[in-house]
Amino acid sequence: MLLIYCPYCEEERSELEFRQAGDAHIARPTNMTEMTDEEFEAFFFLRDNVKGLTFERWRHLNGCGRFFNAARDTVSDKFLTTYKAGLPRPDLSTLRPATEATVETYEATESNAK
Amino acid sequence: MRKYSVFAVAREAMRGHRGWEAQWTSPEPRKEYDVIIIGAGGHGLGTAYYLAKEHGITNIAVLEKGWLGGGNTGRNTTIIRSNYLYDESAGIYDHALKLWDGLSQDLNYNVMYSARGVMMLSHNIHDQQVFKRHIHANRLNGIDNEWLTPEQAKEFCPPLDISRTARYPINGAALQRRGGTARHDAVAWGYARAAADRGVHIIQNCEVTGIRRNPDGSVAGVDTNRGQINAKKVGVVAAGHTSVLMEMAGVRMPLVSYPLQALVSEPIKPIFPCVVMSNTVHAYISQSDKGELVIGAGTDQYSSYSQTGGLQIITHTLDAICELFPIFRRMKMMRSWGGIVDVTPDRSPILAKTPVSGLYVNCGWGTGGFKATPGSANVFAHTIANDAPHKINAPFTLERFRSGRLIDEAAAAAVAH
Repeated sequence: MLLIYCPYCEEERSELEFRQAGDAHIARPTNMTEMTDEEFEAFFFLRDNVKGLTFERWRHLNGCGRFFNAARDTVSDKFLTTYKAGLPRPDLSTLRPATEATVETYEATESNAK
Repeated sequence: MRKYSVFAVAREAMRGHRGWEAQWTSPEPRKEYDVIIIGAGGHGLGTAYYLAKEHGITNIAVLEKGWLGGGNTGRNTTIIRSNYLYDESAGIYDHALKLWDGLSQDLNYNVMYSARGVMMLSHNIHDQQVFKRHIHANRLNGIDNEWLTPEQAKEFCPPLDISRTARYPINGAALQRRGGTARHDAVAWGYARAAADRGVHIIQNCEVTGIRRNPDGSVAGVDTNRGQINAKKVGVVAAGHTSVLMEMAGVRMPLVSYPLQALVSEPIKPIFPCVVMSNTVHAYISQSDKGELVIGAGTDQYSSYSQTGGLQIITHTLDAICELFPIFRRMKMMRSWGGIVDVTPDRSPILAKTPVSGLYVNCGWGTGGFKATPGSANVFAHTIANDAPHKINAPFTLERFRSGRLIDEAAAAAVAH
């Protein structure tokens, strides 16, 4: 189970208190009625579904209830950092590399099996 | 390919089993193929098999970055059923179910399809109404599904606790008798052997790192860790990694990848005669021929490629299993694992052409792709061979998320899958 740092409560809490809430840094369209079907599809249905470093929204549902943003590696599930909603993407160059070589998935450890 | 038969077993028994051949070869990749399939799971190998068998295309490579059948084909709970609500879904899943019946003979490989019945438990009046609606819709589509009283359910599955004081009381069940299980590894191996016999190259440990395009935008081939391989047509059948591969061709997909977990118990004598699913308390369970109870849990709540999943997800399912089947409370769980499933917004698959000419995609099976393996492979092969969908998979386009013609099993599936 993950421990997630809530930037509002300023403490690490169990994953059970949180809910993932989609991609971060996406501006909701202001001209919904004038959008073409292609634009609506791109906003509403299509996802980058990144393997590796991704920026996403989380909500501390069973805590303070507030939304915040997180930088997470979707291979190791490691949170690189969390930050308050509305702040720009943090500079991650000072943090650890996105996908660590030590991730022990079955895929990583057994892919050379015949 | 030497045919498997009772005579072959007898012959090999007489000479110390020295005459068995390798089931498929591992050839060096050619410079060019007519069709490349990315992903050697059941759906991908099956696609190659039906391309060779029904469409006469044998110059095919199936590329696999890991080992054959090592993705979700080897990680699921092997449940087969076709009692989906909507006509489109009923069409494709029942096409698969008809192919399951006879697949062992077709492939000359025992996939151990066992129509032992899939029973879905109803715990409240809402479940009852939804299941009865499914039963009527299924029967209009010619798919068997019937309503059982709690007593009939108990008779069909004796370990079930139907007492009125149960934590999750049961007020009936829906039963699809043609549903059941199959041996998941055997499905991949059987398709691999039959496809290789028809000349298909199965190339393992070959990871696709790029999709090459012609100046006119059409597909030219793929880059791999074993060099460039050209092809006129490329089919992506990569489950949870579909988004990653399609991004190489510049196509964004309506997919999110989640870990989905399953687990097995220690093996015991035959006790559990069917498959039981409970949507409301989220549990599915059956018993394998080895004797292990095979239990399916839910997806994690957040997207991930980790192939593990949280412990709280499987304990949640075991809580439900222990309440439904008190007899299993003291059993030990032996192994658990996760697979990465690709979930679409409407929980229906995508088997279609893409905006890139010569590039085809078979994905979005979410948490329930195993049951569809033969049907999916069969119509996807048709789509690639003819550059046009079969009428069964025609509704499962990529464009439906633009037109709004969704096949909304998200709200209608008989189980949260």
